[in-house]
Amino acid sequence: MPDSVFVTGVGIISAIGSDVESVWSSLKEGRTGIGPMKLIDSAYKGELPVAEIYASNKELLGTALPRVKNYYSRTALLGMIAARQAIVQSGAGSESLENAGLISANTVGGMDRTEIFYKGFMSDKSSGRIREAAGHDCGDSTEKIADNLGIRGYLSTINTACSSSANAIMLGARMIRQGKLKMAITGGVDCLTKFTINGFNSLMILDREQCRPFDENRNGLNLGEAAAYLVLESAEEVRRQGKRILGEISGYGNACDAYHQTASSPEGHGAFLSMKQALETAGLGPSDISYINTHGTGTKNNDLSEGVAIERLFQDVIPPCSSTKSFTGHTLGAAAAVEAVLSILALQNNCIYPNLNFSVQMHELHFAPVTGFKTVQGMRHIMSNSFGFGGNNSSLIFSKH
Amino acid sequence: MAVYIKEATAISPQNTFGAKVLPEEPATYTDVNMLRCIEPVYRDFIDPMVARRMSRIVKMGVCCALRCLRDSGIEVPDAIIAGTGLGCLEDTEKFLGSIYANEEKLLNPTPFIQSTHNTVAGAVALAIKCHNYNATYTHRGFSFENALEDALLQLAENPGLRMLTGGFDEVTPGSYEITRRMGLWKNHPVSNLSLEQYHTRGSLPGEGVAFFMLGGRKDAGDWAAIRSIQTFYKPASEAEVAQRISNFMADCGLKTGKPDLVIFGKNGDVTGDRYYEYVISGLLKNIPHVSYKHLCGEYDTSASFALWLAALMIKEQRIPSYLEGGKNLPRELNHVLIYNHLRGVNHSLYFLERC
Amino acid sequence: MEQLIAKLKSEIIEVLNLSELSPDEIDENAPLFVEGLGLDSIDALELIVLLEKNYGLKLGTAEEGKKVLRSVRSMAEFIRENNKG
Repeated sequence: MPDSVFVTGVGIISAIGSDVESVWSSLKEGRTGIGPMKLIDSAYKGELPVAEIYASNKELLGTALPRVKNYYSRTALLGMIAARQAIVQSGAGSESLENAGLISANTVGGMDRTEIFYKGFMSDKSSGRIREAAGHDCGDSTEKIADNLGIRGYLSTINTACSSSANAIMLGARMIRQGKLKMAITGGVDCLTKFTINGFNSLMILDREQCRPFDENRNGLNLGEAAAYLVLESAEEVRRQGKRILGEISGYGNACDAYHQTASSPEGHGAFLSMKQALETAGLGPSDISYINTHGTGTKNNDLSEGVAIERLFQDVIPPCSSTKSFTGHTLGAAAAVEAVLSILALQNNCIYPNLNFSVQMHELHFAPVTGFKTVQGMRHIMSNSFGFGGNNSSLIFSKH
Repeated sequence: MAVYIKEATAISPQNTFGAKVLPEEPATYTDVNMLRCIEPVYRDFIDPMVARRMSRIVKMGVCCALRCLRDSGIEVPDAIIAGTGLGCLEDTEKFLGSIYANEEKLLNPTPFIQSTHNTVAGAVALAIKCHNYNATYTHRGFSFENALEDALLQLAENPGLRMLTGGFDEVTPGSYEITRRMGLWKNHPVSNLSLEQYHTRGSLPGEGVAFFMLGGRKDAGDWAAIRSIQTFYKPASEAEVAQRISNFMADCGLKTGKPDLVIFGKNGDVTGDRYYEYVISGLLKNIPHVSYKHLCGEYDTSASFALWLAALMIKEQRIPSYLEGGKNLPRELNHVLIYNHLRGVNHSLYFLERC
Repeated sequence: MEQLIAKLKSEIIEVLNLSELSPDEIDENAPLFVEGLGLDSIDALELIVLLEKNYGLKLGTAEEGKKVLRSVRSMAEFIRENNKG
């Protein structure tokens, strides 16, 4: 029997709050973070809503971060803030951090700084400050977070598009189960960039209004920015140090849809497989799941494919479902970690979050998402889905200890 | 527990694609500022209708992975795991450029779609309809090692699995210019076979793809076994590096205490090569050693080329004469150590055994 | 009309990287998607960009999009009808 993997700390910064408490009250009060673009410089200001963190890099820098430079990418800054919160809650000291692993996900690295650099570089190869381009790669923010927090045991960065941070949490859990690490700080981060706004816009899947996941008239997603991290520890460490357990990572699955580069298969094959695997690794059946925090981006294609897969796996007894992307926007590399933190909070508070902006049932599906904040009895296991381009589908299960 | 290399394929600046024996002669490049891959004929592996959207690195990655699958006789592996430091640069630059050139209006979506780091692993899965585990790691000089460690973890859980694992990186004119300005490369043209003779700052940029079929159980015909790998981050000094290597070798339980051969990642940059020189004159004194970057250039996942080279040397029990530094070479290759680092930050160690 | 069809064909070959094909090999009456040329949803997005960039034409609804992008001929007809001024 492999060792259990416990969550002992969580941290989050997103459009609905810059720490766990403020995120929690936004969720409880049904306050979305999706609104007009304010800080990001894009031609789509006033046209496309986003879930933006209304704090400039300068303000983020001021959030008591030691040894941080003003040219760091927003990705690195957000990551440091959320990872620090998680570490503080877990009570990890410098010695455990020295040997801990940091497994972080993101999809476009320090693209926000690259964009500043590249505009001039395009026409004049000698122009621009080179340090703006030095943090372009995905590994940069991971190393900056590690340096900022004194993590040195193991570093890894994952990019499987929109499912990235689910795979980071999965790897952390697996390394702890095999005794490779005692503590893993896992999660992900992405900031808003012109690159992703224009990329998703060129795919014509950005809603001009607030996204409406699982609604018959849904018309695309809203992009967001966030960072979220979870401190995972082995059962032995938790016992030894008498730590408070917030939840357990009990199941995980990773499967590939292998249908199309960007589109999900009509029968949701990859989604079905990743959810099924997650149940199997957790040793649970479909009826054990108390709530599904869906991928639910609000695009025509995703919600249909995911909905069909949920119906295939859960059949007649579909657990309450909702998409919290109606609060946080789609935060790409951070999405799965954001939803993991939300799942841990839901377990602790015995609640299910509303799926905002839902009004009309999808004609292809037999279930509708939960639309009001609900407190429930006997909440035990939460499933969280995250799917990405390339057919990268991952599912996680969080359980009460 | 050891992991077995069942098959391997590399696309590199050398004639390596599909090679089952080491090339007799190295490909030489005179007065160049980068090494680029010798590309295979893609249409033998990728449907032209599919290839039409792919950038060069995606084609190289997919083609290399599919060749590795074909040569191993495995239609669908249990996992596809890739590592890449910088992902698909050509399409990233193309889309970024189009944002500014068109003032964010009417952009072609294809380069955006193809720019994501997981394009290669996703396209391989799509080509062979593989619904199994799929992941892409991207952490500078740990990218390929992260991918390999993931495969090793899963094989420890289930040795019967077959894991397709690889690394890929490309150099583009734009990325060359940026990294040149960062001071990473020599400021004069280089002849690749003389890379270690300049004794100046900077290295020679390169690129490559290598894919491996890994399994947890020994079969006849395996190329080599991976006993262990390890990464470490920003060591405080050369002495810490030596200590790490010493601990690593001890953990590998080497009976004689020493490997038969060490493969170093020397890249001709005097600032980075001091780590190698320190252990050559100390801990690893009198152990035969060679280095490989004059063949493939420097890039984030270059250790995947070194692993390919080491596995083939062990399989063939032969050390080609064109490897740099070779003196008093051993007659048998039973244990091989690879030590590489990227810019003194990301250090990695591999311990290989003869099967 | 035939001139427009020929022009469209070479534009399609260029934006969709169909360099394996010559314009003559594209049947203007055959379906572009699934059968015929076997294009997919990403190609549809590229063709929408082409219509707007080269002809200043926006496709309204998804339904209209499907009709217009059925074949090279239907695209040409759409351009003719809407460019009358």
